[in-house]
Amino acid sequence: MTFAPLATEIFLLSMACIILIVDVFLRDERRVLSYALAQLTLLAGALISWSMLGNETQVVLHGTFVSDPMAALLKTSILLVTVGVFMYSRSYLVERDIFRGEFYVLGLFAVLGMLVLVSAHSLLTIYLGLELLSLSLYALVAFQRDSAAASEAAMKYFVLGALASGMLLYGISMLYGATGSLDIGEVAEAIALPGEQGIILVFALCFIVVGLAFKFGAVPFHMWVPDVYHGAPTPVTLFIGSAPKIAAFAMAMRLLTEALGGLYGSWQDMLTILAVLSLVIGNVIAIAQTNIKRMLAYSTIAHVGFLLLGLLAGTTEGFSASMFYAITYALMAIGGFGMVILLSRAGFEADRLDDFKGLNDRSPWFAFMMLILMLSMAGVPPTVGFYAKLAVLQAVIHVDMVWLAVVAVFFSIIGAFYYIRIVKLMYFDAPEGDAPLAVSPDMQIAMSLNGLAVLTLGIFPGGLMAVCNAVLS
Amino acid sequence: MMEFPLLSFLVWLPVAGGIALLVMDALGFPHVRPVALLVSIATFLLSLLLYTEFDFQTAAMQFQESVPWIAAINAHYHLGIDGISMPLILLTTFTTVLVVLAGWEVIQNKVSQYLAAFLIMEGLMNGVFAALDAVLFYVFWEAMLVPMFLIIGVWGGPRRVYATIKFFLYTFFGSVFMLVALIYMYLQSGSFGILDFHMLPLGMTEQLLIFIAFLLAFAVKVPMWPVHTWLPDAHVEAPTGGSVILAAIMLKIGGYGFLRFSLPITPDASLALDWVVILMSLVAVVYIGFVALVQEDMKKLIAYSSIAHMGFVTLGIFLVFTLMEKTGSIQGAGLGMEGGMVQMISHGFISGALFLCVGVLYDRLHSRQISDYGGVANSMPVFAGFMVLFALANSGLPGTSGFVGEFMVILASFKANIWFAILAATTLILGAAYSLWLVKRVIFGDITNDNVRQLEDINRREFAILASLAAVVLLFGIWPAPLVEIMHASVDNLLSHVIVSKLPAETGVALLGGGSP
Repeated sequence: MTFAPLATEIFLLSMACIILIVDVFLRDERRVLSYALAQLTLLAGALISWSMLGNETQVVLHGTFVSDPMAALLKTSILLVTVGVFMYSRSYLVERDIFRGEFYVLGLFAVLGMLVLVSAHSLLTIYLGLELLSLSLYALVAFQRDSAAASEAAMKYFVLGALASGMLLYGISMLYGATGSLDIGEVAEAIALPGEQGIILVFALCFIVVGLAFKFGAVPFHMWVPDVYHGAPTPVTLFIGSAPKIAAFAMAMRLLTEALGGLYGSWQDMLTILAVLSLVIGNVIAIAQTNIKRMLAYSTIAHVGFLLLGLLAGTTEGFSASMFYAITYALMAIGGFGMVILLSRAGFEADRLDDFKGLNDRSPWFAFMMLILMLSMAGVPPTVGFYAKLAVLQAVIHVDMVWLAVVAVFFSIIGAFYYIRIVKLMYFDAPEGDAPLAVSPDMQIAMSLNGLAVLTLGIFPGGLMAVCNAVLS
Repeated sequence: MMEFPLLSFLVWLPVAGGIALLVMDALGFPHVRPVALLVSIATFLLSLLLYTEFDFQTAAMQFQESVPWIAAINAHYHLGIDGISMPLILLTTFTTVLVVLAGWEVIQNKVSQYLAAFLIMEGLMNGVFAALDAVLFYVFWEAMLVPMFLIIGVWGGPRRVYATIKFFLYTFFGSVFMLVALIYMYLQSGSFGILDFHMLPLGMTEQLLIFIAFLLAFAVKVPMWPVHTWLPDAHVEAPTGGSVILAAIMLKIGGYGFLRFSLPITPDASLALDWVVILMSLVAVVYIGFVALVQEDMKKLIAYSSIAHMGFVTLGIFLVFTLMEKTGSIQGAGLGMEGGMVQMISHGFISGALFLCVGVLYDRLHSRQISDYGGVANSMPVFAGFMVLFALANSGLPGTSGFVGEFMVILASFKANIWFAILAATTLILGAAYSLWLVKRVIFGDITNDNVRQLEDINRREFAILASLAAVVLLFGIWPAPLVEIMHASVDNLLSHVIVSKLPAETGVALLGGGSP
């Protein structure tokens, strides 16, 4: 047995431990070293997993771990998105005096959890990765110890998250009872056999879908999303809102299509309900928000609705569209929350919609970046968000569910309203107060790269689309 | 055919120019206006090559460029023009030069962003007219909204935010359903090529749904009654340049969409539902004509008159089926369609000119209310001459371009159905009524207040803008042949598409006896 397919995870784990130790010996003014090490780790990890993109599918560790092209692509995306998250978070943490090594160590462990989740080939591995991810995130949400809102959010997240994990685990145990295996391949084979297990399998599926929906934040399991997004320190919100969506997509792929592909008819209906509800509730409630973190939280819910549309189409085309959606959404999300960080400074959070007023007068360039990001979320070309929606709609129409596509575009019109309201605030209103925009250089670079990436992918989306197609075929 | 990618230049030169303006602004370079003017003139001169190099004999797409763009969905960067799109591109490039000039002194706030928005929009609109790939078309079509949204919202009047959000959401609403239809057709044909869509066989139900999706998109854009309500708001609040672009070009994109998409892709549904469009058009002509009559605000009056005139365009386009039924040949059937096309071009010049005239007055007195004026001719005789000319052209005076299109459409409706003709002809009365009454109240009569007495006549810049428009309006009024010639081959080709049923032979109702082209 070879450990080569686990190279990324082993590397990340070792580095996280090294950073944890190194950080202990650092004085506060040298703390930036932990940050630099964490970034290098992520970049090197991304390189390692990118190099595995062309490899054959390999199942190792007695069938618990799989290394396939899809995993390689998703891992690369997760690692790169996290690089962006860390870049945005540095100045925020420094200004609030919570620039600690633990933030990056916890972040790396969360990433490790996501990578394990992405490569899981056993139901237990899925649970393992999920818990590693979730526990790190709970701790991160509570990272700002003296903030009551953050502690409350962490508590809510923890209690509800534990409940969802319990649901998932219950579903997994039923599945084990019905099929006698935890290995995803064997589960799939057992389900394919004709037998008397119908009812118990559907029950298991229900619990698993609930667990999944919670992790996605799909309606009606979305209650935690706005509170956690709002209460958590913005860099943590940024993190929760981006990379874990890619991991959740991977989890859905492993569980629903690989393990429970035989029950497609049942979970398609369930996902349809989740998707439609998410589109409706997410887009409509977002309009009523005055806090941009809450607004983006509801917008996430709406985007999850779109992502689920691709999954429920149940075709390779649909999965590839969903994957494209998850990756590009993560890119837009870090930009959107990144802008909140960019506008904030010590003692001022810039998380009200009104804080965006007159941004064009204060900084035309960043207003333009935010314009691109908002248009992309609304799905207006020439930004990447348009192609994400286009691909999903195409997959849905291809399986003759035109009505679902019509529902989706109808609610994206409603969605367009609250995105262009941000544009309105930035371009048409006069700024409140005249505090100058103090933006650190690394932040400027991150934001500019982020915005331009959304625009460039919007003009040349072909490459990423082709990769998404290739890793699934 | 030349190897020079002319159409790409027409699309990307203004966009690059717009970005350059923004960069210059960031670097503190002060002379952005001459640069913007230079870019717009260069684009206009380049676009003239389209006319000189155009082959009038063929209906095939010309100046084609095609490179693979998004392999995963088989989308191509495919540009090309025919006799239907070429005049519209010329109209766009010509109007943009005027718009850049029109904002020369008035716009003092964020000048470079203003000019950049117009240049970028010019490129995108050229892209809409030239795109032969549905994804590319949709990208340009939607992207075009963004600069216009900003133009109205940043440089507009007091209720600009309401107007611009209404404008954006209305148009977005129309177009997303078109997107669903486009994706559906892609899945049927395996290609996003618009010309492939023309050949795609479709059943009746499919055609009806696709036709309705297109109708939503294009009717909002034209705009047709009853989805026209965004237009008066947008026009009133937009800065002069924005109104001009909106009236002269953006509305035409709706008419263009009917010709490029609805008719050739869904001929049977167009035949079945042509009465809906004709009814909506006639309501626009008659009812909106009356609405225009009672307006107190000059811009609103012209906005409503635009809706009525665009009703003529859609009427002309969709008369084709009734005409063929009546005359039994496709010879005369193109009359209405060509009339609609001529009307689109001519309305581009005339409505643009009228908005510029209102702009001239507004710049001086900062009011658009008709009652604030009166006797302007006494203090601004030259300007009065132009405004009277354009108002007469707007009411369809023979010798101006406004007459040609209207006459052709009315002639076509006479051949089709006498009632259509009688209703359509009311525009001759109503159009004359609101245009001339406007002139009477604003230009003629005694000077009613001191503000008007102190008005200064137009300067050389304004004279140049209005004179060039007047020249074009008179030229096409007296000698419309070149315009009709350009589109003739393409209209015939479109007709030959429209008469062939896409339904299977046993169920299809072939329009002219035989089903073969």
